[in-house]
Amino acid sequence: MKLSIGGVCKAGESKNYHTGTWRTFKPVVDNDKCIKCGICERYCPDFCIDIKEDGCHVNLDYCKGCGICAHECPVKSITMEV
Amino acid sequence: MTETKKTLFASGHRACPGCGVPIAVRSILNATGSNVVVVSSTGCLETFSSPIDLSSWEVPWIHSVFENAPTVATGVLEALNSKGNPNNTKVVAICGDGATNDIGFGALSGMLERGDDVLYICYDNEAYMNTGVQTSGATPYGATTTTSPSGEYSFGRDRTKKDLCRIALEHGVKYVATASISDLKDLERKVKKGLEVEGSAYIQVLTTCNIGWGFDSSRAVEVARLAVETGVFPIYEYENGELTNVKKLKEKKAAKEYLSCQKRYKHLFADEEKNKEHLDYIEQLTVQNVTKYGILASK
Ligand SMILES: Cc1ncc(C[n+]2csc(CCOP(=O)(O)OP(=O)(O)O)c2C)c(N)n1
Ligand code: SF4
Ligand code: SF4
Ligand SMILES: [Mg+2]
Repeated sequence: MKLSIGGVCKAGESKNYHTGTWRTFKPVVDNDKCIKCGICERYCPDFCIDIKEDGCHVNLDYCKGCGICAHECPVKSITMEV
Repeated sequence: MTETKKTLFASGHRACPGCGVPIAVRSILNATGSNVVVVSSTGCLETFSSPIDLSSWEVPWIHSVFENAPTVATGVLEALNSKGNPNNTKVVAICGDGATNDIGFGALSGMLERGDDVLYICYDNEAYMNTGVQTSGATPYGATTTTSPSGEYSFGRDRTKKDLCRIALEHGVKYVATASISDLKDLERKVKKGLEVEGSAYIQVLTTCNIGWGFDSSRAVEVARLAVETGVFPIYEYENGELTNVKKLKEKKAAKEYLSCQKRYKHLFADEEKNKEHLDYIEQLTVQNVTKYGILASK
């Protein structure tokens, strides 16, 4: 990786670093069960989850596989799979 | 760059999977909005949000050293004020419990004593996590850390958690509150309130650390919730020195339920008979919290 002069970078440039490569388990959503409550979205430490009209979407570029979303989902619509 | 959700704290940060800190920081910035300058001390948040070339901050952010974040915050405020602060830009410090309770304590005390118009938020993971789990003033009684290791002659940390909120109150701070990542709406409301007061405000938010506390990363929010439901970490608000709001509980769970799910307390349960006195003492501390803050909702 080439460093910039003085380590100067743009705001939020960590988005260039895809933490999804750290993951062992990934969340798989059953959108037939999802009630779009937004709980997983709020608690995801890596801000990967988007609740859209058609349900819950996970951005696997950043998901580290912590499992908080699956654990907190009140209707168990998320399972962690390899 | 991949399209991500609109937050003022970006994905791609290097916190451990399941870390409670970014959960709190995103909510804090939701509440402050972008018209803010954030100051941080050295620690996990600083480290995981600012590797060279990869900042996660989408608001102006500054880090100097471990012990001086409150002083830097005052300096930023003075610089803004010297230019008339035309946009009424706020200054917020977000610092770890080690920085707050111990190493930056003198600087914090000075800032609170002067009453500088800074919202100081301590993210409390109850130890020096970035250097590998050493005891801080915020580490609770009985917890094992690398500098309070449990063993034949030790039951872990042998004193109680420092009550920084009380100390802030004794400085005459007009707004003092606690919060937990298990209730982010409450945290956001409190941050907004803390910004509104003129002068210093102090908020302490419990941010779980699955690495240092020893539990499965998926339980990060559940463990924070248990800390509240057992009375271990009471949630309250003081305005102008008066207790004005408390998160009530229908019933208090036993402290044991919270302690037994974390490895940092595992030694206490290896021989419950031998450690009865310590387990009873921790339970007693939580009962005291319940009484002191009037936590039980009247039936
Ligand atoms: C004066 C000084 N002493 C020690 C250190 C080493 N150090 C860096 S981060 C850290 C721990 C920070 O603990 P805390 O403030 O609780 O934040 P956390 O890492 O837990 O988020 C320590 C001891 C330092 N950088 N400067
Ligand atoms: S597993 Fe963790 S990082 Fe991945 S989407 Fe769920 S909460 Fe976010
Ligand atoms: S050590 Fe703990 S506080 Fe630090 S980044 Fe990891 S989980 Fe978060
Ligand atoms: Mg800490």
